[in-house]
Amino acid sequence: MFDLYTRRRIINLASLSISVLTMAFGLFWLGWILWTLLANGLPHLHLSVFSQTTPPPGSTGGLINAIFGSVMMTGLGVLIGTPIGILAGTYLAEFGQRGWLAPLTRFINDVLLSAPSIVIGMFVYEVYVVKVGHFAGWGGTLALAIIVIPVVIRTTENMLRLVPNSLREAAAALGAPQWKIINFVTLRAARAGILTGVLLAVARVSGETAPLLFTALNNQFYSNMNQPMANLPVVIFQFAMSPYDDWQNLAWAGALLITASVLTLNILARVLFRQQTTHH
Amino acid sequence: MHAETVIPNPKLIVKDLNFYYGKDRALKDINLTIPEKMVTAFIGPSGCGKSTLLRAFNRMYQLYPKQSATGEVLLDGQNLLDKKQDLNMLRAKIGMVFQKPTPFPMSIYDNIAFGVKLYERLSRNEMDERVEWTLKKAALWNEVKDKLKQSGTGLSGGQQQRLCIARAIAVKPQVLLLDEPTSALDPISTANIEKLIDELKQDFTIVIVTHNMQQAARISDFTAYMYLGELIEFGDTSTVFTNPKRKETEDYITGRFG
Repeated sequence: MFDLYTRRRIINLASLSISVLTMAFGLFWLGWILWTLLANGLPHLHLSVFSQTTPPPGSTGGLINAIFGSVMMTGLGVLIGTPIGILAGTYLAEFGQRGWLAPLTRFINDVLLSAPSIVIGMFVYEVYVVKVGHFAGWGGTLALAIIVIPVVIRTTENMLRLVPNSLREAAAALGAPQWKIINFVTLRAARAGILTGVLLAVARVSGETAPLLFTALNNQFYSNMNQPMANLPVVIFQFAMSPYDDWQNLAWAGALLITASVLTLNILARVLFRQQTTHH
Repeated sequence: MHAETVIPNPKLIVKDLNFYYGKDRALKDINLTIPEKMVTAFIGPSGCGKSTLLRAFNRMYQLYPKQSATGEVLLDGQNLLDKKQDLNMLRAKIGMVFQKPTPFPMSIYDNIAFGVKLYERLSRNEMDERVEWTLKKAALWNEVKDKLKQSGTGLSGGQQQRLCIARAIAVKPQVLLLDEPTSALDPISTANIEKLIDELKQDFTIVIVTHNMQQAARISDFTAYMYLGELIEFGDTSTVFTNPKRKETEDYITGRFG
C-alpha cells in the first residue's frame, strides 16, 4: 500500500486532472463556436455591413438597419427594465424580511426568470401587437424589458444581500433613516455588482430572437419605433434559413457581431466587478 | 450589588432590563448605573449578554423583528426604551462603534460628513472645520489630511476603526458605545485606540465591551462582570480586579473559568 502522503498526492493529481479536463471540454466548444463564427463571418464583415441596409435577395447590402434596431430595442428595453428591477430588488433585499409580499414576489420573479422567452413574445403579441394592429419596435422593446426585469431583480437582491449587515447597523447607529442607509450606504456598496448585473442583462437580451419574432418582426429599411423593426437576431434567423449565398454570408457577419458584443459585455462586466471588489 | 458602589454623576441608569431573542431570555433583570465621562467596561465569557446589553442602549435590536426588550434605560432620566422616544434623536446622543471596522463606501471626508449632515446644516467651510476637528479628536488627522477625498475603505484596519470612532463622535454624542473595538486589530493599533479612549473620556461617557480582561483593567474606571445574561458584579475596576466580592468574578478574572 501507498503511505498516506503518496495517496493524498495521487488523489490530488487525479482530481486536478479531471477538473482541467472538464474545463477543456467546455472551452473546446466555445473555441469551436468562436472559430466557426470567425472563419465564416470575418470574410463577409465588409464596411458595407455597417453602411447599407438589408438587401433583397441577389443584390448586395448590409445590416445597418438591423444593428440600429437591435441597439434601439435593447437599449430602450434595458432603460425601462433596469429601474424597475433595481427598485424591486432593493425592496426584496432591504424590506423583504417580514410579511408575505416579498416571498411571493421572489417566487413569481423566479418563475419569470426561467420563463421561455417565446412565451414572453407571445404575451406581448397578445397584449400589444394585436391591440395596435401591427408589429412594432415598441413591442420588441416591451418584450425585452420584461426579460430584463427579473434578471436585474435577482442580481440586485443578491448583491445587496452580500453587503454585510454591520454596514447597515453602523449607518443606523448614526441615526440615519432607512432610505438614507439604502441610498447612500448599501446601494453604493453594491454598485459594482448591480452594474455587472445590468451588463449581463444586456448581454442576455441582445441575442433574444423568439420575443422579437412575435413583436418587432423585421423590416427591410430603417424604421421608427411604431413600425416593424429590423434587428440582428431575426435577420440572422431569416437570412441563415434562406437559400441565397449573399444572405447567408450576411447572417454569418451578423452572428459574429452579436457574439463579439456579448463577449465584450461579459468581459467588461467581469473587469468592472473585479476592479470594485479588489478596491475594498 | 451596585447599590453598594457609589457611582458619581450617573449618566445611564438601567432598571430591570430584560432582553429576548424571540422567546429566549438573553438578559435577566439587569440593574446598572453608568457614570458620566468615565469608561465602563463589560466583561464576561462569549454569549454572556454583554454585547446584547450594549445594543439595548441605542435600540440597535429594533432592526431585527424578533428581538425585544423590557424594563428601562434612562439617559439623564429619560427612558430610551419608551416607544415614544424618537429613535434617530436617541442615536444622535448615543454613538456606536463595532467589532469590525465599517467604513462606508465613500471618501474619508464623506464618512465623517454623512452623520453630521443628518442633524446639522453646515456651510462648506463649517463642514471642513468639523471634519478636521473630528479627525484630530480621533487622532487620525495627521495620517489622512492629504487624502480626505480617497475612499475610507482603502485605509488600514486600525485607521478604519479610528475613522469609525471619528464618524461616531462627529455628531457630538454624549455616550459612546464600543463593541469590542479592538478585537480585529493588531497590538499597535489596539494601543492607539486605547490611548484614544483615554482621551475621549474627557468629553464622552464611554461604555466598552471587551473580551480582553487586561484591556478592561487598563482603560476602564468601572467594570461589570456578566455571566449567562446576569450581571454578577459591578464596581470600580480596581476593586473588581483585585478584590472581587463574588466568587464567580474571581474565578473568571483569575482564569480558572471562561
